[in-house]
Amino acid sequence: MSDLLSSLRVALATMAICVAGYTAVILGFAQALTPISANGSLITNDEGTVVGSRLVAQAFSSPEYFWSRPSAVDYDAGGAGGSNLSPANPEITARAEELISAHGGASADAPIPADLVTASGAGLDPHISLEGALFQAPRVAEARGVDVSEIERRIEGRAVKPGGPFTAGRIVNVLDLNLALDADLAAPAASQ
Amino acid sequence: MEHILVVTLIIGGTAFLSLPLGTYMAWAMDPGSTSPRGTRFTTLFERVGGAGATAGQSWQRYLATLLVFNVVMFSVSFAILTLQQHLPLNPDSKGALDPTLIFNTAASFTTNTNLQHYSGEVTMSYLSQLAALMWLQFVSAATGIAALAALARGIAGRETIGNFLIDVQRASFLVLLPLALLVAPAMVLLGVPMTLQGAVQATTLDGAVQTISRGPVAAFMTIKQLGTNGGGFFGPNATHPLENPSFWTNALAMIAIILVPMACVWMFGRIIGRMRHATVVFAVMTLFLLVKIGAAVTFESAPTAALTDLPVAESSNLEGKELRFGATTGPLWAVLTTSTSNGSVGAMHDSLNPLTGLVPMAGMWLNATFGGVGVGMINMFLYIIVAVFVAGMMVGRTPEYLGHRIEAKEMRLAVLALFAHAFLILGGTALFAATPWGQSAVQDAGAHGFSEILYEFSSAGANNGSGFEGLGDGSWAFNIATGIVMLLGRFLPIILPIAIVGSLMAKRRAVESCGTLGVEDTTFGSMLAITVVIFGALTFLPAAALGPIAEHVSLP
Repeated sequence: MSDLLSSLRVALATMAICVAGYTAVILGFAQALTPISANGSLITNDEGTVVGSRLVAQAFSSPEYFWSRPSAVDYDAGGAGGSNLSPANPEITARAEELISAHGGASADAPIPADLVTASGAGLDPHISLEGALFQAPRVAEARGVDVSEIERRIEGRAVKPGGPFTAGRIVNVLDLNLALDADLAAPAASQ
Repeated sequence: MEHILVVTLIIGGTAFLSLPLGTYMAWAMDPGSTSPRGTRFTTLFERVGGAGATAGQSWQRYLATLLVFNVVMFSVSFAILTLQQHLPLNPDSKGALDPTLIFNTAASFTTNTNLQHYSGEVTMSYLSQLAALMWLQFVSAATGIAALAALARGIAGRETIGNFLIDVQRASFLVLLPLALLVAPAMVLLGVPMTLQGAVQATTLDGAVQTISRGPVAAFMTIKQLGTNGGGFFGPNATHPLENPSFWTNALAMIAIILVPMACVWMFGRIIGRMRHATVVFAVMTLFLLVKIGAAVTFESAPTAALTDLPVAESSNLEGKELRFGATTGPLWAVLTTSTSNGSVGAMHDSLNPLTGLVPMAGMWLNATFGGVGVGMINMFLYIIVAVFVAGMMVGRTPEYLGHRIEAKEMRLAVLALFAHAFLILGGTALFAATPWGQSAVQDAGAHGFSEILYEFSSAGANNGSGFEGLGDGSWAFNIATGIVMLLGRFLPIILPIAIVGSLMAKRRAVESCGTLGVEDTTFGSMLAITVVIFGALTFLPAAALGPIAEHVSLP
């Protein structure tokens, strides 16, 4: 009996300090020092509408935008997830074939980068590889009516090594890149 | 090249940090009577606990109190989860949960497993996440550290093994909370969200509406890693960009995964006063860890098999992986999270190449190459007992461990604990592989489907919590079966080793002489490693052959 009563007292103490106290401290710290990332790294447009989170991939299908990696949950940031398919599963093959044709085809000489045909862990990967962006550059350039070098210059400027010397390849944040294109290159709807 | 850099940074860096932390933890958990500050904390914890937290306990009483406290943990979280739709801190109006899911989730977080048959952002209110689940992430980890401290005191030959309710407060307030208060602000500064606001609706550039779930993630994901809990705030765990936004949060999280399990070995060594012995144990654990990492990174560098005939550029397997973490960390994380009974995922394990997927399973089968906080070292203690016994038989002497005679009774208990682990995993897998409960839940029939079931029960039995998530594991059958496996897989490997120590404490301790089997040299280290391989790994070889190995050889 004394065990139960004492257990309840210890439960109450840990609940008060490790849950209420700890959460309050971290919450206060985050909201005071990093309010933007603490609330989900949201991006707002000039009218004040939230257009997405810098950290969360969104669906792009128009030709004038760079497209994100495929998402097993259709970019649902309220219920994220991966495909969980075995790497030998024929569904991966079928999905890749569909995506290759959507991207305008690929060949053995100009293969499509693997990240553009594989679903990420959470289905919300905000990045594509530098190669994945360059692969899409001709389509975006044509849709926006500009020279492909204009697009490639903007990709290069935004490609980073995510872990510095600890990572090999460079990656590009898709939403950032698309917002930059919208900011200084007219979308076809506006130019027509 | 970057593979070696990353592994050196994570494993080397953490090993370096674990030594001072282990010294600190030995003081925090076992201050002795000579430390005035330690005595002050002990007095404070006695006051908080009241009548049940005053005196040293017998090993039976210690275990009874541990179980009573864990019943309280289970009941409180069960009540909160049951009532979440009526409780505050629910900005997205999450509804009622299925009763078998509540049972499974309460069992899962009480046992430090964090197997999740739900998706956090879809199912749980913020109050459930914080007051039920995050609370258990603190106190279940503290339960494991307390049990190890008690075990070490018994081996050290103290009069009593301590008082559980004082130990669990020491582990919560002096070990886990200070670490969390260091790591969580770093996670915040690196971009992890921490808010009580509900989900937000965004209008995307292409004109669609996207709902973006948020929450008090930084606090939750920090203790999830430090306490080898592993339960994600979001469904896809640490692959979710709001739970793990960058390479650096990922690196810090991996350090947090193995830091306390590594430090537990040093804490054990300090309390028993045998740091050279702890060094041998640490070396054996590190050896297994490095072999698994080498294997996983190598296997995962092979491309996605389904893409081989298509015009896709050469690459490592990227299915289920996030680009910002780099190529090494998917398989590295998979090894760390299963070596330590953590169970958070940094890549989708179901989409790992078949042989890579075998490595995390092997980690859970051994469950002692660092293992969960506290309990990993306790599992290794079982292997040590077996190794000492076998070595003693080989040279024809009475087996002794640090002067404690290991006899038939201790061996029976140790083998029972090791056997229970194997029985829970293989028995559960066999039952579900043979019935519609499992057969109708797998994603593909055949070897991969068998792997999914095998992984699920390995994860439950080892109190890990990761999964081959293609498995439809939300059914009542899986909820109840894995719930029971988690409870037995948690408490048997705590009760039986402490009973062994209780039995050792009741015997007169022999004086160590030059004829005593040494436990501080490479001979003993090799003996221990061989024991782990033979008892731990070979038991599971047939199951491995039916699952991941069969799938690998059938690849095109």
